[in-house]
Amino acid sequence: MSLLEIQKLTHRFAGLCAVSDFNFAVEPQELVGIIGPNGAGKTTVFNLITGVYRASEGSIRLSGQELVGLTPHAITKRGIARTFQNIRLFKELSVLDNVRIAHYGQIAYTPAEALLHMGRFREEEKRITNQALDLLSIFKLDDSAGEKAKNLPYGLQRRLEIARALATGPKLLLLDEPAAGMNPNEIIQLMEFIAWIRKTFSVTIILIEHQMRLVMGICERLVVLDFGATIAQGLCSEIQNNPKVLEAYLGVEVVQ
Amino acid sequence: MSKLSAAYYTLLTRWQTLTGNKYFWPVFMIAGLLFCIAASTFEFLDLYLQLILIYVGINIILTVSLNLINGYMGEFSVGHAGFMAIGAYVASLLTVHVFPPGDQNVLFPLAILAGGIGAALVGFLVAIPSFKTRGDYLAIVTLAFCMIVKSVLENIDAVGGPRGLLGMEKLTTLPWVFFWTALSVWVIRNLVYSNFGRGVLSIREDEIASDLMSVNTRQVKIIAFVVSSFFAGIAGGLFAHALQFINPRMFDILKSTDILIMVYLGGIASIAGSIIGAVVYTILLEILRPLGVWRMVLMPLMLVLLMIYRPRGIMGMKEIRLFMPLRDLVTEKLWRRKKKEAPDVSA
Repeated sequence: MSLLEIQKLTHRFAGLCAVSDFNFAVEPQELVGIIGPNGAGKTTVFNLITGVYRASEGSIRLSGQELVGLTPHAITKRGIARTFQNIRLFKELSVLDNVRIAHYGQIAYTPAEALLHMGRFREEEKRITNQALDLLSIFKLDDSAGEKAKNLPYGLQRRLEIARALATGPKLLLLDEPAAGMNPNEIIQLMEFIAWIRKTFSVTIILIEHQMRLVMGICERLVVLDFGATIAQGLCSEIQNNPKVLEAYLGVEVVQ
Repeated sequence: MSKLSAAYYTLLTRWQTLTGNKYFWPVFMIAGLLFCIAASTFEFLDLYLQLILIYVGINIILTVSLNLINGYMGEFSVGHAGFMAIGAYVASLLTVHVFPPGDQNVLFPLAILAGGIGAALVGFLVAIPSFKTRGDYLAIVTLAFCMIVKSVLENIDAVGGPRGLLGMEKLTTLPWVFFWTALSVWVIRNLVYSNFGRGVLSIREDEIASDLMSVNTRQVKIIAFVVSSFFAGIAGGLFAHALQFINPRMFDILKSTDILIMVYLGGIASIAGSIIGAVVYTILLEILRPLGVWRMVLMPLMLVLLMIYRPRGIMGMKEIRLFMPLRDLVTEKLWRRKKKEAPDVSA
């Protein structure tokens, strides 16, 4: 069974059809890219999967369970985590707290225990703090655990955002333009990094990207969107020479 | 290193050793309580001073609890006086009409607790609009709530209507105020340093991201509003039994404004700041009393100056280490690392 199965997904913003009849399936451990020109509806697809928007039509299933209609935190709890196109860290909070917050769905103590700092509170806090610190040291961020997130350099902020997403314990990781604002050198590093994450945390990854170099380098499969419609789907080599894709990216006249 | 700065560091290290001791808080609490009991039984503090300390305590409870919503959660609630009113009326009705006159002293904590619970139940209702509304619009909701409470109370004759309610005995004593103040500070600090509290902070930082990081934002908002209004109710009950008279006009928007001033004076998202804000504001108002009407000119002027030179309040977004949980593994770790980096005093 596919890990994520999307069928006939359609979303309209007051008449504007942002995504129409989107069909898509991801197998466990796959690394799939979604590409397309600006405004094609890529981020909307992510927002629909994670529950930020409620789909107008269609179904989204994670391991067979329907997700449409669930709240974002309920969806995250079932195993989907994401990063954002423009970094959305909790800027004023420490790096460690950014990661600890992501354990919210896993804590075993009740609000009453938290108010009195009693019962399971101590053990649980110790557990999530240690887990968060372990995760930070894997991402080489433990030295700045006490630093405010906004004080980290841009590259580290991107890395922290991925660490935070992984702290929720996902099966499926959605990366929204992870290479935004990076130079070619950094992009090569990022490619290795993403492949490494997939292996280490055994997660399935879907990523949105503009940088063709990155996408062609690591993705096994691609989906191309344009004006909300799926114009191509398949292996990277097939997509590269697909006339429809070239048309969407480069315009008609060049092709003719 | 100069002599002066060496002396400063010695002092600082001593202070850190003292406050880092795990017996500091228990000893401080017992000493404080004993002092309060002694002060109220032997009256070595005159009644006027005692009353000021009682108001300081009540204001600390109000400020710390409002800071949970306005500072930590980043919303703007102007309805805190409404919760206070509910606590004041529930507690007073119990002591005046329900409890037998003989056992007032024993039953007083129950009355206060009932006032807190009453306010917390209403706080739960106010949390519901906060699911969909934020910022200025939620401020309007809380403003409306405050006005509703006031006009409802004015129109119920059973609680005295606009004339107010009297007949309470003077049950609010310094030891009780100390106890409730310590309890509210402790509980709210505990909440802030738990994952629910981090959830509250993450809502302030970025609500959508917080929801996507598995934080149940509705649950967090309910917890924050219920805890905050519970303690406002407690403060209301104490206030009613310190003044021995309440009427609905005491709990209008101006009272909320007073609490807001203390929150922003002390600094948002800080327990220490809340306490400093409440103490400084209450005591300054008393010190400036001889100035008469000019007090109300000088006080706002000082606030304006403070906001210009310290826009985030005295302790905005900062916390004294004393209020952080000592056993919090990491805080300790980071502290040690910082300590290592601190300049060598002996040199």
